[in-house]
Amino acid sequence: MTTPDPPPSDSLRSVPRADPAVELRSAVALLGRFPALAGCDLEVASGEIVLLRGPNGAGKTTVLRVCAGLVPVVEGSARVLGVDLRKDQSGVRQRVGLVGHSGGLYGDLTVVENAVFFAQASGLTHSDAMQALDRMGVATRLHPVAVHSLSAGQKKRVSFAAMLSRRPELWLLDEPHSGLDESARDDLDALLAAAAGAGATVLMASHELDRAGDVAIRTVDVVGGVTT
Amino acid sequence: MSLSTVAGARLVARKDLRIEQHSRVALAQMLPFGMLVLILFAFALDPSRDVLTRATAGLFWMTVLFTSTLAVQRAFAVEVDDGALDSIRLSGISAASVFLGKVSALVIQLLVLEAVLALGVAILYNTDFGGWAMLVAVTLLSTIGMSAAGATYGVLVSRLRHSSTLLPLLLLPLLAPVLIAATKGSEVALGQEAGQSWSWVALLAVFAISYLVLGVVLYRPLLEET
Repeated sequence: MTTPDPPPSDSLRSVPRADPAVELRSAVALLGRFPALAGCDLEVASGEIVLLRGPNGAGKTTVLRVCAGLVPVVEGSARVLGVDLRKDQSGVRQRVGLVGHSGGLYGDLTVVENAVFFAQASGLTHSDAMQALDRMGVATRLHPVAVHSLSAGQKKRVSFAAMLSRRPELWLLDEPHSGLDESARDDLDALLAAAAGAGATVLMASHELDRAGDVAIRTVDVVGGVTT
Repeated sequence: MSLSTVAGARLVARKDLRIEQHSRVALAQMLPFGMLVLILFAFALDPSRDVLTRATAGLFWMTVLFTSTLAVQRAFAVEVDDGALDSIRLSGISAASVFLGKVSALVIQLLVLEAVLALGVAILYNTDFGGWAMLVAVTLLSTIGMSAAGATYGVLVSRLRHSSTLLPLLLLPLLAPVLIAATKGSEVALGQEAGQSWSWVALLAVFAISYLVLGVVLYRPLLEET
């Protein structure tokens, strides 16, 4: 990964906002019939880097997916980037970036084809995709390689590049450091700090508390579908 | 920035065809599967060459139907395997674009498969093709209908457990009208049966249009998690 200095480039959107970027109040979200969020409260200010921590199955991933507008909130209130998700669940999707457990990529497409597809799907260009790959330090020799042939760490870099090329205002990251080597982790931390400095908000879930805790401004505990 | 429906559909179709170009699943697996079914039918019915000749249209469309379920399964497996469907939902591509793109890519792949299978039928079943205008109309409309229905049900079951066994169970009965109309229309075109072949074409057109409209309207809720 390329260390993000000088910081704000066209790929790190700067959006100063007065409202909180994320505001969940007694939010309930169901996975099937199971209440994965059971009255969750969370407020994240714009430009903040917040770490969600908690045991497996606590609801951290669901918080991220709710904020991405992928999982509906059935009770309580949820506002993300000023959008009321109870009224318009999908309204926020184009403004957030999500890097989850799965890469969200097409294994049979090459690195470049994936990055370009997701950039163009967001109305951006081929050069936006190439910039994002470059920024994430994805070596040029990997560009024509099918994603399924990459190592976990390389794949993660491509996932980040695909997200970055969309210039999200809110970064939602699930275990962002997993699969990355030490140097890539350092670079990721620098990238997150630069993104937050440029006005983007970062909400991440991680079990690697030493690493993620260092970069986070604040830590929120999630247990049993509620924040404590 | 959101893409127009047509631009989004073109992007999705191009992406699906590119995936096929790299993986060659249609070429290396579906096509041999279809040819194998045709050959097995030929072995099973060869002692009675007359039956084989009379059943040519039905056997061909049955083979296409089986092959199309594999194509539909594959079209949605690539979306759920690594969570790419979530990335699509977060992008600026509308649900209608995803549907139309998927249908377009399926139509192109199936038309190629059908062309090769037709060649197989000509060789194995000794079929003389005629009534070209009718055959082309029947083939095109059947393929669009199968693809549209397949894309609608494909996304519906894609996130369910056991989706690979569930899809044929849902899809095959649904596509029975296409099988019947395509078979009858083809038999009339091939001169094996007398009748009003254009009425079968009309039925296929109604089916195709209905599922295209249904898909465009329903795809947004179908893409969402429940």
